[in-house]
Amino acid sequence: MTTTAPPGAEAVTGPAAGRPHGLGRKGLSGIRAAKGPGLVFVLPFMLVFALFLVWPIVHGLWLSFTDSSLALRATTFVGFDNYAEAFGDADVWTSLGNTVVFTAISSIPLVLIALAMALLVHSGLAGQWVWRLAFFAPYLLPVTVVTSIWMWLYQPDLGLANQFLDTLGIGPVGWLSDESVAKWAIAALTVWWTVGFNFLLYLAALQSLPQTYYEAAALDGAGAWRRLWSITLPQLRRTTALVAMLQVLASLKVFDQIYILTKGGPNGTTRPVLEYVYDVGFTGYRLGYASAVSYLFFAFIVVVSLLQLRLFRQEG
Amino acid sequence: MSATATPLRPLRRPPRAAAESSLFLGHGRLPRVLVGIALVVLTIVWLLPFVWAIATSLQSAQDAASPGLSPIKGALTTGAYEQILERGNITRWALNSFLIAGLVTLITVAVSTLAAYGFSRGTFRGRRVLLAVTVASILVPPQLLIVPLFKQMLLFHLVDTYAAVVLPQVVAPMMVFILKRFFDAIPRELEDAARIDGASEFRVFLSIVLPLSRPIVSAVAIFVFIGAWNNFLWPFIVTNDADLMTLPVGLATVKDVYGIEYAQSMASALLAALPLIVVYLFFQRRIVNSVATTGLGGS
Repeated sequence: MTTTAPPGAEAVTGPAAGRPHGLGRKGLSGIRAAKGPGLVFVLPFMLVFALFLVWPIVHGLWLSFTDSSLALRATTFVGFDNYAEAFGDADVWTSLGNTVVFTAISSIPLVLIALAMALLVHSGLAGQWVWRLAFFAPYLLPVTVVTSIWMWLYQPDLGLANQFLDTLGIGPVGWLSDESVAKWAIAALTVWWTVGFNFLLYLAALQSLPQTYYEAAALDGAGAWRRLWSITLPQLRRTTALVAMLQVLASLKVFDQIYILTKGGPNGTTRPVLEYVYDVGFTGYRLGYASAVSYLFFAFIVVVSLLQLRLFRQEG
Repeated sequence: MSATATPLRPLRRPPRAAAESSLFLGHGRLPRVLVGIALVVLTIVWLLPFVWAIATSLQSAQDAASPGLSPIKGALTTGAYEQILERGNITRWALNSFLIAGLVTLITVAVSTLAAYGFSRGTFRGRRVLLAVTVASILVPPQLLIVPLFKQMLLFHLVDTYAAVVLPQVVAPMMVFILKRFFDAIPRELEDAARIDGASEFRVFLSIVLPLSRPIVSAVAIFVFIGAWNNFLWPFIVTNDADLMTLPVGLATVKDVYGIEYAQSMASALLAALPLIVVYLFFQRRIVNSVATTGLGGS
């Protein structure tokens, strides 16, 4: 496949370039303007885009102004009632608080540990593929595989976590059932599961750093710490901004692992906004209200991303 | 966007231990020992859940349920795997996952490369507007669409069909954007030459542009495949029929039924994890590089 392009290209360039009369410079650009791929190339994408992205967005916005329900009955327009109700709904605020807490306690280690892993692996010690496999492999697992394994680790009587505490003489911990512990347990699982992607982003950034500074530092006799603090970390600032932004957005959208592990419990202390949307819409059948909550949440996400952009722009 | 988003340049191989390591760490012995210890500790922590799961899956149900810190508590047995495979659900779900992730990848790559090429080279009216709308839509979180999409599937009578699982997943504006950026960097001269020779636009795309873009197209394909294989929420909502479920969804439904049988639970989790781990081992270099090539990678 690859070999066909260059020779074929030469073959077609040859006569065109060597043609003394006929197509001059002007003629060539004339052809360029006339041809080029048409709308047809974009149409298939635009079709699925319109059907499965634009329509749902518009339709969802409409739903948020109605009392639409999964139950079969007529839908009526209710204006801003859903939005007004959402602002007064204590569950919305609690789940928003849970989401923000989860984002904080998962994003910080997800950025810092990924950075540490990338720095360690980039040091070039032998066994590269082992380290990369170990750190990245969990990212390849479907959520239900991750939750199955960790439910077993967190199992109250026989799980590894409590068995380990037992040998230290510490009583069992209700990893997923204790209100003060569950969110940390879920954050730990999330860090284990998804840190590999940030790790690869950092590793790629490290591999593209110019060598010249290090060579200069070597001549100056700067030690390993000095190189890390004065050369490597400052050059990784833009990457850190990118990784942190993507991570905050990803953490805000948490749903899967929490829904499977605790269904938002104990006592709703881990329930994120998106699970509340799901509960209201699919369990409570109130699609209109669920849409209103998810649009408010979308607005929240947009505000957070704009704030982050400003923050990082000032930093840079 | 960042140091990672340099599409065309091929990534250097991982540093050769001698040269770059000394530039990075200096010549002292202590830093090297400390780095080694930290790497080993982190690796053990990250592999421990796998090791524990594998050990449990190779125990009988009784042994797995007896206390103790050693993961191996009795004779090794593959009984848990045999029971799961006999039940047959998991092979059915694995087939569904392959079919669905394969279809999603195929359609997404076809539709997105065509569109990206059209946006990159096209001169048709409305190109800028359509491109701007596509790029802006990257910000929309997919979860926002769940409720209206479900209503839409009810309307089309598509709930509990493969089409309902596959179609909403093929819209990948991010991938169109990544591909377009790559196409923008390919010199136009090759295509123009072919055009002068009378090749059709589609021909130019197939025989010149695509072959030149293999690294980025395979990177996009790998990430779309991983994303589709692991997608949970949408297939979970739109399928109730156990025969249509993907692996992640199927596993979630059996959890409640025999969640107490940890040997079986671990065996099925590991069987479900296996396909992508194998894919990773085969395409390790490509996957690692594709995160860098695409700048962002997954969804």
